Amino acid sequence: MTRDQVFDRLEQVFRDVFDDDSIVLYEDTTADDIDDWDSIEHITLIAAVEQEFGMRFSMGEVSGMKDVGEMVTILAQRASK
Amino acid sequence: MKELEYPFDSEWILKKKKSIKRSLLADNRSRIKKKIAVLGGSTTSDVIAALELFLLEAGIEPEFYESEYKQYWQDAVFGNPELDSFAPDLIYIHTTVRNVDFTPTVRMSPEEITAALDERYARLEQMWQALDRFRCPIIQNNFEMPFFRLLGNRDVWDVHGLSNFVNRLNEKLYAYAQSHEGFYINDINWLAGNIGLEKWADTKYWYMFKYAMSLEAIPPLAFQTAAIIRSIFGKNKKCIAVDLDNTMWGGIVGDDGAENLEIGQETGTSQAFYEFQQYVKAHKDLGIILTVCSKNEEENALAGLNHPEGAVRPDDFTIIKANWEPKSINLENTAHELNIMPDAIVFADDNPAEREIVRQQTQCAVPEIGEVTDYIRVLDRSQYFEVTTLSEDDLKRGEMYKANIQRAQAQASFASYTDYLLSLEMTAEIAPFKDVYLARIAQLTNKSNQFNLTTLRCTQEQMTDFAASPDHITQYGKLVDKFGDNGVVSVAVGQRGKHPKTGEECLDIILWLMSCRVLKRDMELAMLDGFVSQAKAAGYTKLIGRYLPTAKNKMVKDFYPDTLGFSAVSASDDGCTVWELDITDYENKNHVIKVN
Repeated sequence: MTRDQVFDRLEQVFRDVFDDDSIVLYEDTTADDIDDWDSIEHITLIAAVEQEFGMRFSMGEVSGMKDVGEMVTILAQRASK
Repeated sequence: MKELEYPFDSEWILKKKKSIKRSLLADNRSRIKKKIAVLGGSTTSDVIAALELFLLEAGIEPEFYESEYKQYWQDAVFGNPELDSFAPDLIYIHTTVRNVDFTPTVRMSPEEITAALDERYARLEQMWQALDRFRCPIIQNNFEMPFFRLLGNRDVWDVHGLSNFVNRLNEKLYAYAQSHEGFYINDINWLAGNIGLEKWADTKYWYMFKYAMSLEAIPPLAFQTAAIIRSIFGKNKKCIAVDLDNTMWGGIVGDDGAENLEIGQETGTSQAFYEFQQYVKAHKDLGIILTVCSKNEEENALAGLNHPEGAVRPDDFTIIKANWEPKSINLENTAHELNIMPDAIVFADDNPAEREIVRQQTQCAVPEIGEVTDYIRVLDRSQYFEVTTLSEDDLKRGEMYKANIQRAQAQASFASYTDYLLSLEMTAEIAPFKDVYLARIAQLTNKSNQFNLTTLRCTQEQMTDFAASPDHITQYGKLVDKFGDNGVVSVAVGQRGKHPKTGEECLDIILWLMSCRVLKRDMELAMLDGFVSQAKAAGYTKLIGRYLPTAKNKMVKDFYPDTLGFSAVSASDDGCTVWELDITDYENKNHVIKVN
């Protein structure tokens, strides 16, 4: 899957979780850029991303991802659907 | 909202929780407000988020108190100002096997393990007793089986096994539930088994986020918890209406003939329908009313229900609507005849088209019951009839409704209405609250909507407090007539207060309600006689009555002036009215019911 395809699908997951259709994702988007992205919503987000892409992050990946770009890199390699 | 009915998509619900909540709040339904304290032994944020959705769906608007992470015991035992000022209407203790906080080892003696068990249990009991200060219902999770078994299959029977320890601890929880009113077990042990332990717990989410359960297990947990809560607050369903052909038996009775229906023990299909009939029938003993709603000639419907191999009989059904009217109309009529709201009916029909029409035209619950092999699972998992109270009256509710319909037939043959009432040979028991009736009194108080002047909801604990208080007068009324025992049908509570205009001391009626099944029997007059006599004995000279309007209680808008002879004190813009009655020279109003 290309990075662009991952971005498109990921954006929709973010919009669903944060209930905000105006969200646009960039490589360097972080929790600071999205109002409701707190530690609790982070859990919902991780679960929703895992479900959408049919994969599981490792604990190291969850705590290590610095921005959306890094998440996209992992997803582009490991997405099963 | 269909997405929140069983079977629901857990992951979708969690992902879309914000937009689901938004659309639930936009539907403008009237909901009762309840304050719920969630005391957790792990992270509870998504438990609360999902619980909120299922409660909103059930007509309850919750406000939550959430304990800090794992502070459930400390909050309960030592208190904290925020929780104390929150004053919860209900407390939910969300603990799991992660909170057992003890693991037996094979080095320990059985005595040491038993001592640890007693100590662990004592801490829990101390917590529940400390929470008694809130005088509200408590829901406590039992403990689910642990995720791993050090001793393998031996873990469950050997005292050194954690599984064995958890089972013994659970038994102690159940003993407490059996001896304490207002204490309810949330059976997460069953739920974890039903979901499967592998899916129930996700160790990654525990280590990273301190989620004791996987995310996908949270909506089922919240659904089950919401079922207990809605039952406690009187939002259970009251009636099952069943279709007949291919719902209660295989085949079409009008075409195939009763003798050719698939029901009984002959084939797998017949057995499946038989088990479903048994399941439906068993609800009678829980106080659920059974009715039929089928497109059929009545004669054929009765022939099917009389099938010698079937589990039900026509007698099991309070109302049988077998005709060619639209089912939505039959269901509305059924609700009307039973004096219940259409949304208290669960309609079971194998035909998806009929289900869709009924769903669109009525407020009835219409589960997607699937094929005959799914019927029981879908109805059972939907938890429409969660049993939080079980009173003597429930065992015979179906008969009571049937006797009601016989009374209506008898009424037609009398010259005057008073003659008819006298012919019923009614006797009533009217007295201050008694312990044996408190479960029924609380149940009636929390589910009566129509004949209810203030719609005050009270827990059984509050009722107990009213009964013991010198500033309250309580009264229940139980009515028997020649067709049967109606059970406890009316409840009233008065509270010492001041006249809103003159300031003189008077008895303020904060609760007055009656079951609609005894309407127009002069029971309300007998209740007033009893109430006045209690009030006089306590030295009062004046009663104050209030009407607080809701969407459902218009029928009693003029109850105080028209039926009881009160005079007006005041009325406000929101429709609330206040009434008074001087009782110095009161003369009894009831002349048709013999009061014991």
